[in-house]
Amino acid sequence: MGTITFVEHDGTPHQVELEDGTSLMELATNNGVPGIDGDCGGEASCGTCHVMVDDAWIATTGTRTELESQMVEMSPECGPNSRLACQLRATPALDGLTVHLPEFQM
Amino acid sequence: MKRDRVIVVGAGHASAQLCVSLRQGGWDGEIALVGDEPSLPYQRPPLSKTFLHGTTTLTDLLIRGPDFYEKEDVTFRHARVTGIDREAGTVALDDGDALSYDRLVLCTGARPRPLDVPGADLAGVHALRDAADIEAIRGTLRTARRAVIVGAGYIGLEAAASLRKLGIEVAVLEVADRVLQRVTAPEVSAFYDRVHREEGVDLRTGVGVAGFEGDWHVRAVRLTDGAEIPADLVVVGVGVLPNVELARDAGLAVENGIVVDEHGRTDDPRIFAAGDCANHYDARYGTRMRLECVANALEHAKAIAGAICGKGKPISALPWFWSDQYDLKLQIAGLSTGHDEVVLRGNPDVGRSFACFYLADGRLIAADCVNRPKEFMFSKRAITQELSPDRVLLADPDTPLVSLLQTPARSAR
Ligand SMILES: Cc1cc2nc3c(=O)[nH]c(=O)nc-3n(C[C@H](O)[C@H](O)[C@H](O)COP(=O)(O)OP(=O)(O)OC[C@H]3O[C@@H](n4cnc5c(N)ncnc54)[C@H](O)[C@@H]3O)c2cc1C
Ligand code: FES
Repeated sequence: MGTITFVEHDGTPHQVELEDGTSLMELATNNGVPGIDGDCGGEASCGTCHVMVDDAWIATTGTRTELESQMVEMSPECGPNSRLACQLRATPALDGLTVHLPEFQM
Repeated sequence: MKRDRVIVVGAGHASAQLCVSLRQGGWDGEIALVGDEPSLPYQRPPLSKTFLHGTTTLTDLLIRGPDFYEKEDVTFRHARVTGIDREAGTVALDDGDALSYDRLVLCTGARPRPLDVPGADLAGVHALRDAADIEAIRGTLRTARRAVIVGAGYIGLEAAASLRKLGIEVAVLEVADRVLQRVTAPEVSAFYDRVHREEGVDLRTGVGVAGFEGDWHVRAVRLTDGAEIPADLVVVGVGVLPNVELARDAGLAVENGIVVDEHGRTDDPRIFAAGDCANHYDARYGTRMRLECVANALEHAKAIAGAICGKGKPISALPWFWSDQYDLKLQIAGLSTGHDEVVLRGNPDVGRSFACFYLADGRLIAADCVNRPKEFMFSKRAITQELSPDRVLLADPDTPLVSLLQTPARSAR
């Protein structure tokens, strides 16, 4: 039912199957995408699921919430489209989405 | 051709990460997961949080879905390991089978410390460690009116908050003279004490349990000060004991956990131990330690997978922890042991948001952050970089935290 692409910091892409209702963090970890840890299991507590949404998609995904901002803005790699993957739910509207991973999760 | 086999004992946080990291590290031999709980590894922290008040199911909690294990060629077997034969390189299972290993990783976790008082085995008295415990507690919630929580550590306090949310009357008993005494500064204890009272908890410190009253089901809790509190549900959270028996019986060194080096290896080069059951040498702190948190289990697993795949990187990540109670999101970075100074940002005496920084010799070593994710992420970085931030600026709410970080430094991972 569609795909989402995670691009590692070194440019390696990982295309995973989109599952409606699943968070992007779970999609990444369930498919063994390196570079997303998800240590807290998706509670927005650890900050190890930082991703940067492709510019073309930010209008569809929406920008980060205040809580996410507080978590990601301390990362030296934080950009305008930075989000926590555990707070981003996959929906059919996200078919084709590309997100980029930072070099380091904090 | 016979493939080498890693056997992982216990299906919890450490073992799930081990499966991931072994495959990412290039291990192409067999991985056999043997666990005595019926489920694939699941998240334990939500058990006292969302799982207790019933908004999540066990399937939601799986650390990785069943597809993952299939794709990564990991087998799961529901059985208990009863012994290790190091000479033969086999483990015995409680179903009578034996499995051979080339590498063995013990991820056996910990079990609740039993409360040795009369009546501790009455119906209605529960521990809080695994999904079965929670399901048992959930089964009583429809009729439970009055709960007593024994132990005011994080798990006890989380259980108290979850039960209050369900409208149950809750009393919390703590034998120490303040809540969270083992793990936080008095300022933070006082804060949690205040909030739980505000939420209607009958909190009693400096008092122990003398026994539980009841015929077959608990009816009341008798305290060491002579008082009696009626109760139809009791949750005991007085700490855990590491599951070290397999290792000890196999002749491996055990001292407050299974003794391992900075790569998670026991004194037998083919056997490793990870997570709550392991006591590792930590280069960052220059000492041995046994921790009980998810971050520690994951870091152990990564280090061990590295050692097995020949790309060893010692255990080094900063330990951290979190706890959710009511509308409070507590995030803790680092270990406060050995601090000689505490700096507050925000006021714990009013409201519900502040950070408590722990310093040793001026250096930031830990932080308890309540509804302060920014302070938490700042602390993770600052502690890893071994910074000694100016204490006046650290306490000043108008000083942006970013300005206290030396630029640009990569986070150590
Ligand atoms: C209610 C609760 C809330 C928590 N909240 C937090 C939190 O907010 N943040 C945090 O960081 N940590 C929290 N923790 C702690 C965290 O869950 C543990 O640190 C973590 O689970 C340790 O992982 P582990 O892999 O070492 O052990 P476990 O997850 O305990 O897994 C060990 C498994 O091994 C099995 N086992 C034992 N012996 C055998 C044997 N002989 N044969 C087969 N299987 C065996 C056990 O049954 C168990 O399933 C919490 C713990 C509890 C109980
Ligand atoms: S998984 Fe922990 S913050 Fe997203």
